[in-house]
Amino acid sequence: MAQGRKLVQLRSLAQARSGDKGNTVNIAVFAHNDAIYEVLVRELTAERVKRHFTGMVEGDVIRYDVPGLLAMNFVCRAALGGGGSATLRMDNLGKCYASNLMRLEVELDDVGNDEHAHADGS
Amino acid sequence: MKTIRIGAAQGFYGDSLLPALETARRGGVQYLCFDSLAELTLAILQKDRQRDPARGYAADIGAAMRELLPLAREKGFRIITNAGGMNPLGALAEVRRIAEGLGLGGLKLAVVAGDDVRTQLHALRAQGVSLAHMEDGRDIGAIEQRIVFANAYLGAEPIVEALRQGADVVITGRTTDSALFLAPLIHEFGIAPDDWDRLAHGVLMGHLLECSGQASGGNFSGDWQAVEGLERIGFPVAEVREDGMFTVTKVDGTGGLVSVDTVKEQLLYEIHDPAAYVTPDVVLDVTGVTLTDAGPNRVGVAGARGLQRPDTLKVVMGYADGWLGQAIWGYSWPDALAKAQAADRIIRAHIDRMGLSCEEIRTDYLGYNSIHGPLADAEHADRLNEVYVRVAMRTTDREAASRIGRLVPPLMLNGPPAMGAFLGVMKPRELLGMWSCLVPRGLIEQGVQVTVVEV
Repeated sequence: MAQGRKLVQLRSLAQARSGDKGNTVNIAVFAHNDAIYEVLVRELTAERVKRHFTGMVEGDVIRYDVPGLLAMNFVCRAALGGGGSATLRMDNLGKCYASNLMRLEVELDDVGNDEHAHADGS
Repeated sequence: MKTIRIGAAQGFYGDSLLPALETARRGGVQYLCFDSLAELTLAILQKDRQRDPARGYAADIGAAMRELLPLAREKGFRIITNAGGMNPLGALAEVRRIAEGLGLGGLKLAVVAGDDVRTQLHALRAQGVSLAHMEDGRDIGAIEQRIVFANAYLGAEPIVEALRQGADVVITGRTTDSALFLAPLIHEFGIAPDDWDRLAHGVLMGHLLECSGQASGGNFSGDWQAVEGLERIGFPVAEVREDGMFTVTKVDGTGGLVSVDTVKEQLLYEIHDPAAYVTPDVVLDVTGVTLTDAGPNRVGVAGARGLQRPDTLKVVMGYADGWLGQAIWGYSWPDALAKAQAADRIIRAHIDRMGLSCEEIRTDYLGYNSIHGPLADAEHADRLNEVYVRVAMRTTDREAASRIGRLVPPLMLNGPPAMGAFLGVMKPRELLGMWSCLVPRGLIEQGVQVTVVEV
C-alpha cells in the first residue's frame, strides 16, 4: 500500500442490504457520499467481491452501478447452497450477506482528517 | 390531481398484523395490500397441501380478515392479497365463512385462479416449451419426476378485472408482489397497457411496499440504532398521483422511519439488473429514480422508466430434494470451539460407522461461523464464552435424517467436557429445490379465471 493511504472497512463507508432469489443473492451497497462512491467504483470490483466470498459464492458475481443513488448492486450466483428451501445453510435467505460484505477493506486516500471514515456523519 | 393511498399490510406469511390494523384504522387508505408469498412460502404451503388438500393457503388470512373486514366496511377500503398461495379457492372458502359469521352481507369476494400449471407441464412440453432452467439452461429431465408444484407469476390484469367487477376483497395465488399494488392504480387511473413509464412507477411503488417494514425502518443497515419504536412499527403507505409519481410515508404516531436512506435500501432489494427488473406488467428501469426528502417520514419518488413487458411469464416449480436432519447442542468456555470441533469429529465418525446415507453434511458453530462461514473472524475464536455445534445432513432417506439427533445425547457423558443445551431431536425437514423457467404468456393466460362471489 502506498504511503498516505489506509485501509478502511466498508462498514464505515456504506450501508447495504442483501436478499435472495432462488440460489442467487443480491447485495445492494450505498455509498455515504460522492467521494466514497468514486472510491468504491474503483476498488469494489465484482472480482474483489467474488474473492471476498470464497467458499460461500460458487458462481459468478456481476456488478451493476446506479450512480444516481450512489449505489452498486452485486448479483452473486450459486450463493446459497441450492436456495432457501433446499439449502443446509443457516442464513438460508441470504439476509446476512450484506453484513458479511461490510468486513471487506478498501484502500482510501489518507486525507489526515478522517473525512472518509466519518462520512456517515457520526 | 387525483391521489390514491395504498397501504402495505404484510411482507410475508407470518408477518405482524398490528401495523395493518393501524393503517386500516388511521391510514386513510383506499387499498390495503398483503404480500404473503415469498419464494420459500410456496414450499411451506405445498407441504400443508400434501397433508390436507383443503389447506395450502396462508392460514393467517383468517385472523387478518376477522379483524379487517369490519374495518374495510366501515372505512371503505378494499383488500388485495395473494394469500391464496397453492389453494386460492380454499382461501376464498375461509374468508367467505368469516364474512358470513360477521354478518357482512353484500360483500364481494373475488378469486384469481390459473397460476397453478402443474397439471399442464406435459402439454406445455408437447407445445415445444422446454421448461429449461432460466439461469443455467439445465434440462428439466433430471427433476421432472420429482416436481411437487409449478406456479406462474401472474401480473396485475386479473386483479384489475376483479376490481372492475366490484370486488371488496381480491384473493390470488401466485402473482408478482408488485402486481398487487399496481392493480389499483390501473383500475383507478385507467392506465393504458402500454403506458410503460406509468406502469413502471406503479411497479416501483409496489416493490417498495411489498416487503412491509423493510421500507419503514425494519432490517435497515444504515443508522439502525437511531430508528425508534420498532415494536410499534408503521408499515409503508404510498400516496400515488395520477401521473405516476408518489410519496412513501406511514401512519402518524407509529414507530419506524421512512427516510431516503431506508427507502433506497428497499429500492434495490432482490432486484438484479437495475435497468431491467422484469415483471409481467412492465420491465422496470430504476437507474434514473430520484428520492426526495419531503418532510418527516415522507419520501418523494420519481424517475422510473418502463420498457415493454415480456412475452413470457416466469414459472417457479418446487421439486423434492431430499431430507434435512440436524442436531444442535452447546459447549462452554474454556476452549469452547475446540470442544465443539472434537464433538463434530465424533459425530461424523459415528455417521460413517453406521453407514448412514448422506449426500451432503455440514457443520456450523453457532456464535462463531454459522452465518459468516469461512469469512468468520478467527481472531477471537479461542475466547468464545460458549458455542453451539450444528450438524446438518441432506439425505434421500427420511429415516437416516432422523437418526442424527439420536447420536448426540451420549456425548454428554462420553465426549468433550461441559456439554449443555442439547435442543432435542429435531424432526427431519423435507427439502424442496426450486426450478425457474419461462413460458410464453399466452399459454398460461388462457387458463386464468377471475370469479366474484357475493356473500
